[in-house]
Amino acid sequence: MIVVDNAAVVFGRSTPLETWALHKVDLTIPEGQFVTVIGSNGAGKSTLLNVLSGDAPLARGRVEMDGIDVTRWPTTRRAGLVARVFQDPMAGTCEGLSIEENLALAATRGTRRSLGRSVGRARRADFAERLRELGLGLETRLTDRMGLLSGGQRQAVSLLMATLAGMKILLLDEHVAALDPKTAEFVLGLTNRIVSENRLTTLMVTHSMRHALDCGDRTVMLHEGRVVFDVGGEERRGLDVPDLLRMFSRVRGEQLDNDSLLLA
Amino acid sequence: MSQVAFLGAIEVGLVYALVALGVFLSFRILSFPDLTVDGSFPLGAAVAATAIVAGWDPYLATALAMAAGAVAGMVTAFLNIRFRILHLLASILTMIALFSVNLRIMGRPNTALLQEETVLTPFLGGSLSAHEVKPLFLAAVVVLVAILVARFLASEMGLAMRATGANPRMARAQGIGTGLQVYAGMALSNALVGLAGALFAQTNGFADVTSGVGTIIIGLAAVILGETLMRGRSVLIMVAACIVGSIVYRIAVQFALEIDALGLRASDMNLVTALLVTVALVLPGLGNPVSALLRRNGR
Repeated sequence: MIVVDNAAVVFGRSTPLETWALHKVDLTIPEGQFVTVIGSNGAGKSTLLNVLSGDAPLARGRVEMDGIDVTRWPTTRRAGLVARVFQDPMAGTCEGLSIEENLALAATRGTRRSLGRSVGRARRADFAERLRELGLGLETRLTDRMGLLSGGQRQAVSLLMATLAGMKILLLDEHVAALDPKTAEFVLGLTNRIVSENRLTTLMVTHSMRHALDCGDRTVMLHEGRVVFDVGGEERRGLDVPDLLRMFSRVRGEQLDNDSLLLA
Repeated sequence: MSQVAFLGAIEVGLVYALVALGVFLSFRILSFPDLTVDGSFPLGAAVAATAIVAGWDPYLATALAMAAGAVAGMVTAFLNIRFRILHLLASILTMIALFSVNLRIMGRPNTALLQEETVLTPFLGGSLSAHEVKPLFLAAVVVLVAILVARFLASEMGLAMRATGANPRMARAQGIGTGLQVYAGMALSNALVGLAGALFAQTNGFADVTSGVGTIIIGLAAVILGETLMRGRSVLIMVAACIVGSIVYRIAVQFALEIDALGLRASDMNLVTALLVTVALVLPGLGNPVSALLRRNGR
């Protein structure tokens, strides 16, 4: 369960360039819900994820996870609760380290790291088993450098890494945006499988209205740092992309440039 | 090359292998170009020599020199992390400050250790001569240190340190306190350099405040040479490459100095090293290990 209460984020405070990335966001996400987040560029989608991961400090408001007030917790402290997959396939992994070393980093996320071997025999066998489930043939390449993998493979491994250590919340920051359509579909399918298998509370930021409606069970649209609409359940099931666009222009009372949202 | 000169080259190469390991930890593992070593090398020498002259046990004095090096590394890390001073500049500030500190510690520009007890004393007086004992003793120390460093880098903690240097944002997302890792890595790196300084002073019989000039370039040259000679990604190979690089570099230097036709003097060494590293830096091509060494993944 995530509670974001009256959250505001400001960049460059008291300077001529002061920008409110989030104005006033109230969002309550029950345990196990999969929320997709859409909005044009600069709407505050990534800032919202940064607020949850601890990368963006709040100017006002509070964040609660599982009933604990984590507003003042830095990223490293939240790592036991939150796992994140970045948009850039390079960002979520260390390309200089091997696949098994990357997995070992994720397996010890949020725990005290010991002087014991990072990749022992038991752990290696476990990693191979989990990689086999991805169906990419990576189980035979445990000692290969991460940098040798394709973008799609890296995102798939990033998703797997997110699930290796205990966590409650999965943050997906446009994690298929840098992939070709076919690979994107594969990674999205994998996402849905992992989320439902682990019953994770998930926020997925996406630029694709299609993905926003096809995945998850609730859709939130941000605009200029505010939640402009929030649909779930029955109402959402009947929606299609044109409905979403219509709803958006109605809420904002202005004409939206469709293409910029669809193609961005 | 005479046997004495050859063993001498190996001896110096082994001392600087510890420097190379330190440089490897800062430059390679942490992606932190650290020039503190030019100060922490003579710091180790000064601390060990002063403590030995004051009657300390030489092993304790050497441990104290390592601790002093670790503190120097942490000062650089502090300047960088706490005040956001550029890493290169932060390390130069510490290096400059250490020159004065070293003079204060010794009270004079150099300290002789010729009649003093050193870490080598227990091994002298046997059937082996001093110029044979020194490289053997140093080899034992270097191998021990290298195994410990390699084992550390393969551990969960060491992996966290490698991730900090390779991708700090990802490291934080995995719950790694990157600031703490930089402190620890810089302390470890400069402790090794302090150890090198302490052993240098004891094997050569003196500590000199100017002995640190160019340490960073020699360490870097050893790391680069090692990487060229031994390619491989396992930590054991990377660590071994530092040692091999340092020894091969010293033998090559010794060889060059002995060829009269080249007309080189011992005092030309820093110039030659600088030229070699420069050439390695500007060599074109993707396979250039140096450009990879100095390429930084956004911090």
